[in-house]
Amino acid sequence: MNLIKKYLGLPNDSRAKTLVVAITLCLVCSVLVSTAAVVLKPRQDANKALDRKRNILTIAGMMQPGASIEESFSKIESRVVDMETGQFVDDVDPEKYDQRKAAKDPAMSVALSKDQDIASIRRQARYATVYLVRKNGKLATIILPVHGYGLWSTMYGFVALEGDGKTVKGLGFYEHAETPGLGGEVDNPAWKAKWIGKEIYDPQGKVAIELLKGGVGPTTPDPQYKVDALAGATLTSRGVENLVHYWLGSNGFQPFLKNVLSEG
Amino acid sequence: MNANIKSVVYDPLIDNNPITWQILGICSALAVTTSMNTALLMSVALTTVVALSNASISMVRNHVPGSIRIIVQMIIIASLVIIVDQFLKAYAYETAKKLSVFVGLIITNCIVMGRAEAYAMSHDPKMSFFDGLGNGLGYSLVLMTVAFFRELLGAGSLFGIQILPLTSDGGWYQSNGMMLLPPSAFFIIGFMIWAIRTWKPKQVEEPDFKIHEEQTPDLI
Repeated sequence: MNLIKKYLGLPNDSRAKTLVVAITLCLVCSVLVSTAAVVLKPRQDANKALDRKRNILTIAGMMQPGASIEESFSKIESRVVDMETGQFVDDVDPEKYDQRKAAKDPAMSVALSKDQDIASIRRQARYATVYLVRKNGKLATIILPVHGYGLWSTMYGFVALEGDGKTVKGLGFYEHAETPGLGGEVDNPAWKAKWIGKEIYDPQGKVAIELLKGGVGPTTPDPQYKVDALAGATLTSRGVENLVHYWLGSNGFQPFLKNVLSEG
Repeated sequence: MNANIKSVVYDPLIDNNPITWQILGICSALAVTTSMNTALLMSVALTTVVALSNASISMVRNHVPGSIRIIVQMIIIASLVIIVDQFLKAYAYETAKKLSVFVGLIITNCIVMGRAEAYAMSHDPKMSFFDGLGNGLGYSLVLMTVAFFRELLGAGSLFGIQILPLTSDGGWYQSNGMMLLPPSAFFIIGFMIWAIRTWKPKQVEEPDFKIHEEQTPDLI
C-alpha cells in the first residue's frame, strides 16, 4: 500500500513514475485482452466451424430452411484426399486439417511451376478435404474446395458436382474481395444458378467449361460447357474460369474424381 | 440528466459532429457504409470504444507522465478495440467478417484519439464517458445516413431487405454501382456538410484568404 502511495506521490514526469505507470498499464491491459481472448475462444471457433459448414451446405444446395446446420451437415462425409494419387488419406483428421495453413507450409505443399499455376495460387497443399454425400450407398454429391486469384483477391469457394463427377450441382465463393457490383457479382444467386447442370468435362475428359463474354444464347454451340461471364468483370470471370480449370484438371481433383468414380 | 451532460451528449450530434464539423474519422465512414448492417455494427463498436476509452483515460489522467501520454492513450484504446473485436467475432460472426480489418482500425480512428486528447485528459471520468458517447453517436448518425443512401441506391435494399426490386431480378430499379464504391460516400458526406452548413450558417468557416480587389498598377 505504502509503495503504491509512494509512486503515486512522485511527480508525473519523474523517470521512476514513468516506468511504473508504463509497466502497470501494460500488465493490466494485457491481462484484460488475454482474458477476453481465452474466454471467447471456444465460441469463436464454433462460429468458424459453423460458418464453413453453412458455406458448404449453401453451395451444394443442401441448405434447408428450418433445419439446423449441424443436422444437415451430418449427412455429409468429410474425407482427406492426397492430391497427387487421388486416394483417400485416413491418418489425417478432416475436422482438424487446415488446407490453407498447409498450402503455406513447404513440408505440406508443393510449389507450382508457372505453366501449371493457371489459378495463380503459387503453392498447393498435398492434401485436400473433400465432402461426399451418399444416397442409398451411391455417390450423390462431391463437394470440392477451390481457390484462385480474381482481379484483386484470392477467391475461396467450393464446387459441387453430381455423383457422375462431371455435372455441376453448385458453385460459390465464401471469401473474396472483388469489386462490389462488378466482380462481386460472383455472389449473385442468379449468376450462381446458371452453373447448375453445366458439364465440366468434354467426352475426351478434358476440362471444357468456359465463361462466355456476352452471355450464352439459344444459338451458342455446346451450351452445356458455357456459362455467362460477369458483365463488366472480365478479369474476375477469367479468374473463375482459371480456377475451375486448375482444380478440376489433372493437377487438381481429376485423379481423385477418377478414383472415386471407379469405386462407385 | 443534468444540463451539462445533456449538452455534452447532444452537441456532437449536429453542432459539433465529429465527421461533418471536426472532419475526423472519414476513412472508416467511406469503407463500412455499403450496407446498413455493417454500418450499424461499426457504429456500436466505435461508440463503445470511444466512451470506454474516454472514461478510462480520464480515470488515469492525473498520473499520466506527459512524455508517454500518447502511448498510454494508444495502449488503452488498442486493448479496448481488441476486446470489442473478440466479442464481435464471438457473438456477431457474420457481420464481424464483413467489417474485417476495420474494427482493428478503430485504434487509428482519429475520433477516438482526438476525444481522448482533447477532452478526456482534462475532464472527469463521468463527463468524459458522456462526451465519448455523444461523439460516438454523432459518428453513428452520419454513418447510418450515408449507409442508408448507399445501400438503398446501390443495392435497392435496407438492412438487407429488398425495397426497390432490381432489374437483374426482374424488377424496375437499375442499381447504381457507384454507390457501392468508396467515392460515393465522399459525395454523400459532402452533400451532408453542405446541407448542415446551410441549416446552421455559423458552421461556415471564414475563408482563409480573400481575393484582393483589382489593384492599381502604381501600388505594385
